[in-house]
Amino acid sequence: MWKRESHLLDKKEQKNLRTGDLGNSNKGRPAIENPQSRRLFFYPFFLTFIIMCGTWVVLSGKFDPFHLSLGLISCGIVAYLSCDLLFPSPKIRGLLGQWARFARYIPWLMCEIIKANLHVTYLVFHPRMMELIDPKIVKFRSKLESDLALVTFANSITLTPGTITVSVSIDGDFKVHAIDKASGDPLPGAMEANIAKAFGEV
Amino acid sequence: MDNVFLYSGLYLAFLMLLSLYRPLFGPTVVDRMIGVNAIGSKTTVLLILIGLIFHRVEMFVDIALAYAMLNFLAVLAASRYFQKRKGLYDEALFGKD
Amino acid sequence: MDIIVCLLLFAGLFFFTGGAVGILRFPDFYSRLHPAGKLDTLGLLLALIGLALFNLHHFSLGTLLTSLKIILIAVFVFLASPTATHAIVDAGVRAGLAPWTKGEKRR
Repeated sequence: MWKRESHLLDKKEQKNLRTGDLGNSNKGRPAIENPQSRRLFFYPFFLTFIIMCGTWVVLSGKFDPFHLSLGLISCGIVAYLSCDLLFPSPKIRGLLGQWARFARYIPWLMCEIIKANLHVTYLVFHPRMMELIDPKIVKFRSKLESDLALVTFANSITLTPGTITVSVSIDGDFKVHAIDKASGDPLPGAMEANIAKAFGEV
Repeated sequence: MDNVFLYSGLYLAFLMLLSLYRPLFGPTVVDRMIGVNAIGSKTTVLLILIGLIFHRVEMFVDIALAYAMLNFLAVLAASRYFQKRKGLYDEALFGKD
Repeated sequence: MDIIVCLLLFAGLFFFTGGAVGILRFPDFYSRLHPAGKLDTLGLLLALIGLALFNLHHFSLGTLLTSLKIILIAVFVFLASPTATHAIVDAGVRAGLAPWTKGEKRR
């Protein structure tokens, strides 16, 4: 489990790992042994467990004790096995604030999506569509640091029509296919600034 | 309201017939995949509409959820499979004549 | 209430129409992805929100759970659709398809 985590941690912690703070990190799960790391394991487990239980209740829709206990058991097993996938770095402090900032990013994204969708619909129904569109590949370099911010940025680019992410590298090199000049030019622009704000990387 | 849902469903079916042009005649394999993906997302809405028409939404919603997941997995698997294939572009050129 | 549901449903159907026509009209595979991947996503989101609202007409625990499930489908598609689009683009790039530029014949 620890091995899988190690390439998901962000860069600062990877440096700590390399310089030997956690020298014996490959033997089983040594991080759980001292009480500090036990708490670090417990919080992601608990959050994953709560999310799983919510999903179980919504999907099953039965409230008798038999089904609820089945759900609790299976949620516990799944949360134990995969809590490091949902919360890759064990830093829990500030998670709530980050989620709040991320929730403020979503309405802005929806507004952008609807505006851009109307633009693409206009292009689709325009009788002289072939003269209006001018597809090309835009390349730029993003200033975002963490993997999660890069993934969010790439998905947001793909969700706003007129632009599709063709490839992303881990350093932040983006290749974007834009359908016309109007949708390709404002990249990275406001969206990158908003994502940097949402992930606290201003 | 039932009539609205019925005619919306019929219109969705008509749109699916329009999109079926790409899977049938699309010049490359990737075009066919786009068509299949578009038809799948329309089917998800159509399933819930059918559920509302027959007053059995609680059953059809599970089918729709499973169908959405299956559609996503199908596209992922197909794109992984065909990405090893070189020369899709030549196929597009030969398909013309 | 019915008016809001109808508006949302018809807005969804409008975007679906844009997606279907766009797949037929656009000149090459990369530009076809723009309507197919995303107009469909927004159309599905709007239509499903409308249907979930309609389902809450007779409010009870069962209909609330069903509406939550419908919203869950919308959220899932919203997360999965960019990934699927990206996978298709990746397949096209690795197969060596060149993007269409202005002035070429349509493919």
